[in-house]
Amino acid sequence: MTDLFSKFDPLIQMRTDLLSTGVTDPFGLVMEKVISPTVAICNGRETILLGTYNYMGMTFDADVIAAGKQAFDLYGSGTTGSRVLNGTYSPHRDVEEALKEFYGMDHAMVFSTGYQANLGIISTIAGKGDYIVLDIDSHASIWDGCKMGDAEVVPFKHNDIEAMEKRLRRIPEGAGKLVILEGVYSMLGDIAPLKEMIAVAKKYGAMVLVDEAHSMGFIGPNGRGVAEEQGCLDDVDFIIGTFSKSVGTVGGFCVSNHPKFEIMRLVCRPYVFTASLPPSVVATAATSVRKLMHAADKRAHLWENSRTLHKGLRDAGFQLGTQEPQSAIISVIMPDLERGAGMWEALLHEGLYVNLARPPATPAGMTLLRCSLCALHSAEQVQTIIGMFERAGQKAGIL
Amino acid sequence: MDRAATAEKIAALIAPFNKKEIAVTDATTFAGDLEFDSLTVMDFVAAIEDEFDIIISMNQQAEIETYGQLVDAVVKLQG
Repeated sequence: MTDLFSKFDPLIQMRTDLLSTGVTDPFGLVMEKVISPTVAICNGRETILLGTYNYMGMTFDADVIAAGKQAFDLYGSGTTGSRVLNGTYSPHRDVEEALKEFYGMDHAMVFSTGYQANLGIISTIAGKGDYIVLDIDSHASIWDGCKMGDAEVVPFKHNDIEAMEKRLRRIPEGAGKLVILEGVYSMLGDIAPLKEMIAVAKKYGAMVLVDEAHSMGFIGPNGRGVAEEQGCLDDVDFIIGTFSKSVGTVGGFCVSNHPKFEIMRLVCRPYVFTASLPPSVVATAATSVRKLMHAADKRAHLWENSRTLHKGLRDAGFQLGTQEPQSAIISVIMPDLERGAGMWEALLHEGLYVNLARPPATPAGMTLLRCSLCALHSAEQVQTIIGMFERAGQKAGIL
Repeated sequence: MDRAATAEKIAALIAPFNKKEIAVTDATTFAGDLEFDSLTVMDFVAAIEDEFDIIISMNQQAEIETYGQLVDAVVKLQG
């Protein structure tokens, strides 16, 4: 018998080698108690959270929690069904209304996760004979959506407008075209030049899908994302987003002004053939989304945190993923996986949690310590974090 | 462009990516013999696409394992 697991042997060996150095397993962390959006008890120690996607700190918002509790009481723990059968309750409709208000768009469709939103929309709208032109650093859910569909998939170099244009120009005449971009690329925390890229896409008659998962609530005057910030939201055909980051719960969505958009509810398999979100989840999401519309002060404070941390780490001598802070993600580049894991552990001992990111999730084979800030991190916490990085950097031999 | 001329151009484009300078034949594989990783594949495919002004989609790339198969694909894509 051929062991179907033998293909994983190199990864198993890599993990064994890493853990044999005595380092704490970076992928086995458990939070025993969550005190607030920025503090938890991890492995018995009070820890500042700097590796969550809780950008706007909505997870403990009193109105959000109250909405969830009320939905539990009114609608029960789950729907036990698909959105197109018995799984649409009034809170599902309400959260879609909240998204339409938030983005100022005509249609909104909620999926059970952000992953499924990309999987479903991409695989359904780009079919046989169509072309998908996408950034090579796209998220796994985008790639999986491409793989699930039948379109021709054509990647281009990250954020390279000329490389994108060349590929669009070569697509056979008459073929359908979908350009897929992200507002914020989550590994390095850099943003895309959406205005220029979308203008090129439109010149070649392509429809444009932008994943704004990591910008929602924070970037843009109304928190609608990088496309809003750059003044090109009206040219985006499909925005993909998630409830699992700034919104503070779980779920995914697509908003669009396409006049025929509603047909998606019948033809999109990752929407149809799965259970809908629990009513408590969509009720918390609706409340959170509406509160994010009026969160300008929090947005300003989050930008302040991002600038302070970026400058503090750069001045300390760390190599960062971007020259200037472009989002709420500050990525610290590690020399290799072993030292990255050592640094990650040293930070944990200091009482700081960050994300350790490694290939294949990262571009160019990099090992990264990814810091994602929260609007509820105090200015004092950010200074504490910088001190922790300095001490851990010395200890781990990075500085 | 005929197969020989196409093959010659492709051979020239492989050179900068052929770190171990192995002798390339029609049977040479990109992943195995030339040890191309995913980043190298992207840069190499972009170089071929620009040279011949064609698109080699990832779907088509999945069918191409050897140098010979690449030459055949490029000849066909040029029409």
